[in-house]
Amino acid sequence: MMAKGMTQRIGLDMPVMIAFGCIILLLLAGSLYSREFLSPDYLLQQLQVGAFLGIIASGAMMVILLGHIDLSIPWTVTLGAMMATALGGWIGEPGVWLAIPFGISCGALIGVLNGLGVAYLRLPSMIFTLGMNAVVQGLMVLHTGGFAPQDHATDAMHFLAVKRTIFGIPNALFVWALVGIIVILILRRTAFGRAVYAIGNRESVAYLSGINTNGVLIGCFAFCGACAAFAGVLLAGYSTKAYQAMGDAYLLPAIAAVVLGGTNILGGRGNYLGTIAGVILITLLQSILSVMQMPEAGRQVIYGAVIISMLLLYGRGARTRS
Amino acid sequence: MADRKPLLELKGVSKRYGGIAALTDVDFTAYAGEIHAVLGENGAGKSTLIKIASGVTDASDGEVLVNGTPHRFRSPTDAMKAGVVCVFQELSLLPDMTVADNLSMAGTPTRGGFIDHKAQRARAIELLKRVGCEDVHPLELVKNLPLSRRQMVEIAKALAKKPKLLILDEATSALTAKDVERIYVIIRELRAEGVGILYVSHRMHEIEALADVATVFRNGRKIETFRKGERSVRDIIQMMIGREVTHHYPPKPPYQDNREPALAVSNLNWGRELSDISFAAGKGEIVGLGGLDGQGQRELLLALFGVLKGVEGAVTVDGERLSLTGPRPAMDAKLPLALIPEDRKVEGLMLPMSVRDNLTLASLQQMRSGLGIDSAKEAAAVTAMVDRLQIKAPDVAAPVATLSGGNQQKVVLAKWLMTEPGIILLNDPTRGIDVGTKQEIYRLLRNLAAEGRTIIFYSTDYAELIGCCDKVLILYGGRITRELKGEECTEHNLVASALNVETVPEKAA
Amino acid sequence: MSDWRYHFSHNLGTLTAVGLFVLMFGIYIGNHEAGLNPAVATTAANKAVLLALVAMAQTLPVLTRGLDLSVGMIFVMANCLASAIVVGTIGQGLAGCIAVLFMGLAAGFINGAIVVYGRLQPIITTLATGAIYYGIALWIRPSPGGDVQYDIADFVTGQLFGTVPTSLVVLLVVVLVIWIPYRSSVLGRGAYAVGSNEQAAYMSGVPVDRAKIAAYALGGLIAALGGLILTFNTYSGEASAAIGGTYTLNSIAAVVIGGTSLFGGWGSAIGSIFGAFVLRTIEDLLFVFDLPPLWQPLFQGVVLLVAISLGAIRVFRIRNRLELFT
Repeated sequence: MMAKGMTQRIGLDMPVMIAFGCIILLLLAGSLYSREFLSPDYLLQQLQVGAFLGIIASGAMMVILLGHIDLSIPWTVTLGAMMATALGGWIGEPGVWLAIPFGISCGALIGVLNGLGVAYLRLPSMIFTLGMNAVVQGLMVLHTGGFAPQDHATDAMHFLAVKRTIFGIPNALFVWALVGIIVILILRRTAFGRAVYAIGNRESVAYLSGINTNGVLIGCFAFCGACAAFAGVLLAGYSTKAYQAMGDAYLLPAIAAVVLGGTNILGGRGNYLGTIAGVILITLLQSILSVMQMPEAGRQVIYGAVIISMLLLYGRGARTRS
Repeated sequence: MADRKPLLELKGVSKRYGGIAALTDVDFTAYAGEIHAVLGENGAGKSTLIKIASGVTDASDGEVLVNGTPHRFRSPTDAMKAGVVCVFQELSLLPDMTVADNLSMAGTPTRGGFIDHKAQRARAIELLKRVGCEDVHPLELVKNLPLSRRQMVEIAKALAKKPKLLILDEATSALTAKDVERIYVIIRELRAEGVGILYVSHRMHEIEALADVATVFRNGRKIETFRKGERSVRDIIQMMIGREVTHHYPPKPPYQDNREPALAVSNLNWGRELSDISFAAGKGEIVGLGGLDGQGQRELLLALFGVLKGVEGAVTVDGERLSLTGPRPAMDAKLPLALIPEDRKVEGLMLPMSVRDNLTLASLQQMRSGLGIDSAKEAAAVTAMVDRLQIKAPDVAAPVATLSGGNQQKVVLAKWLMTEPGIILLNDPTRGIDVGTKQEIYRLLRNLAAEGRTIIFYSTDYAELIGCCDKVLILYGGRITRELKGEECTEHNLVASALNVETVPEKAA
Repeated sequence: MSDWRYHFSHNLGTLTAVGLFVLMFGIYIGNHEAGLNPAVATTAANKAVLLALVAMAQTLPVLTRGLDLSVGMIFVMANCLASAIVVGTIGQGLAGCIAVLFMGLAAGFINGAIVVYGRLQPIITTLATGAIYYGIALWIRPSPGGDVQYDIADFVTGQLFGTVPTSLVVLLVVVLVIWIPYRSSVLGRGAYAVGSNEQAAYMSGVPVDRAKIAAYALGGLIAALGGLILTFNTYSGEASAAIGGTYTLNSIAAVVIGGTSLFGGWGSAIGSIFGAFVLRTIEDLLFVFDLPPLWQPLFQGVVLLVAISLGAIRVFRIRNRLELFT
């Protein structure tokens, strides 16, 4: 009984344990394939790449916990990258300092608009955010003239995304850890976090309990947009430039990471530990597939198949719930 | 009576939902060519009986026979094939489709595999004529029809299936007097054709006018089956109410007319559902809302809690005008309001979440420290409330879904008591819970009233209203038709005024 | 007889889309330097028919209160497959066409089966299966290219009797051979019933599961036909996530413009066809009115978002706020 309480406290429920189990299997499989796979250096490198996905997944998780989804992530990532790199060109010197906050704010703004559509117009988030994605894409095409932008990432962006300042641990991992701690604190320690779970379980109950459900919806979408844009900022730092469609490769992995970590796609259930597991799982999966030189085609099929099978597995829980 | 053929037989049928028995060991027989009235209070088991007979749900135990052969209906379609057709209370019509489409949704006339629109239309016209709805165009969308016409279409739809046994569940509740007459004629015609009819209604005069046989249910059990004229109306009501013993209720203080006002409602209107509602409730008073099911009681509670849009009229709480724009303003009123909702699974609880999370959801504001929640304070408040209401849970971290129905309802009550409400709105809080917990709730309500809180209490159980309330407002068609004060709250008065039958108010002996 | 009044109001959404299209197309032709001639019409039709088919495909699941986010990917997958197998003699090419259509049907069937038997949300299901179909498209055609049977291609993208664009005739045939029979079949009407109120449909004896699966499967088939015709237009296949995504999004917008409710139970694939035509004509109008090309994606995005937002009208009719959450 005590042990069960313990595992619940830290969020080690069944799906999370399955996910961690899969991680160990993947590590074993990878080490059979290449001796390099288990070396700390290689693993840190993977985690550094995983950090970008981790930040996006953090925001996606907040929205999924509500029982919604944000499909505007791809171009919000690109927006963050392009706005942060472009600011210097617009306002000169101060742009160097404001670049990162500016990029994040642009993403948050898109998130707020998504939230408004979902909360007040009560449109299905899938469809509304899909439309928003197209609008942001249009804005970015307009901004860049359809070409790869010439602006470069600032030093600060480069520093956060690529450098290793302490003990050779990539700074990007610290950034992810920071975002993660914020999410954990919000979800576990604040009334807002409770409201997120409550809405995901039953919005009518939350509403009748006096919770400003529209405010929470908007807040979560804003957070998701901010996270996506922040990841975009870091990705620009990582590759020194922003480029068209740079976020396209992140939508499905981000949703997959959240879902594989045991967060219910219908909302209301899930914890951040699971999302961490999901992100690592996806990152390792990607890295193994690339070590195996699996073409993009195979990766797509595997992503889709993995998501469907995991959902079918967790779906049983959801059914007994309703 | 030699030709009485048993059409539908239930033998030892029981049905349990979760741990709660909705129907216990019922033997029931309906014959061809007879109108069989099914009587009982809300929650007596009538609707469960109907659901089993019509294939909506499956019996937990026992046997269902149609024409002597055992059947297990897996869906309404199965039942339909066996000739059992039900006109459901909650309409089973498809709002976005035409009347003609709806009327032949099952047994669609086809030609070469495609829907034969001409035949379908001819059939619709014939059926509409039969139920006296010539004014309804077959191409009209169901959602554009008024409720009374929709109900007639629902009946026509059942007739289209050529039933051997027709079940009418409160089928006349929204009909005009003229339509009801029409239905009587049809039912008698069907009887003459040898169709068996199960007729569920709360309207005693309808039963008198129609039924050949009647069966009374109470608390999920069959009480008695008798033929027309064997029992008086008074006897029947007595059978329905049963010998609910009044000492189960905590003692009531004598009725006081001059209480300090807490809640005043004047000229409240909401569409057709609420008309010109005015009443006042004092501090420490328990005000019951009575009447038949669905006469606007739920809407009234929702309106007071700010959930309904476009409510007209004024609500004042302790002299201050209340803004009816949402739960938050109601909860922040001078005397905070709390609403214990009707359906605890949809509106009251988040079943997969812990007892603790459910308990504190409405009162988290009081547990803030800085940006976060003070978990020590929260834990203390939760423990105190669990003790106070004696909520039986293995652990406050356990999902509330693992609790029994009674304890779940206590969690809902406790959740709202944590907000320190001055006015408590209760929407049928004892439905589907065990007797012991019911009594605990009655005592709790009386204690809360004694502390000076105002309680507005809607219940579908008349005995409860009598046992708990200082005064009872009877609603009929969205209006308050009668106010019964203190000793005027008797079974007879409640039932009579709920049915909107004029009688002289009777004083309790 | 006032039947016409009912038929009119039942088809108001479709008629509005038709009216909008006629108006916009009139403006377009009026401002086009060459005016309306077979060549202009054929070019316009060949482009518009693609989206019209994908929009029809989207309509079917939407009518059941579902959604298919994989239509664009089925479209792309069919394009890639066609560029690989619709080759050789005319006979071989036609056999290839049938194989492509069959694959679309299978893809749609899988969507429907997962939604019905796995009880997953249609949206997330089709997002994931969309990835799978895209992966298959990439596997078939890792880089753009391929070939197509020229005789069939030129026939389908050309003109009949030198005047009527053949692709429009193909679309008409799809309407007559697939949509109209479907609409007046028990299963098709069941789809409407399920979208209108699933519980009531079940109570009324509608085969709910079959109606849903059929809607997704048929949607897959029509989307694949779109992909096939794309191949005839381009003589090649390309596994492009961008094309798939754009078609999916535009299909939803076309459905909404065509008067079909995203909450199911109401609408028509014919409305969606004209919704698609309207969207295509907007593009052409942007072109004739010299809107800078860079503004076009933004303008289209905004039009889409506005079209989607039309679904919010429901919110203003709600009187009980608890109904907002259902």
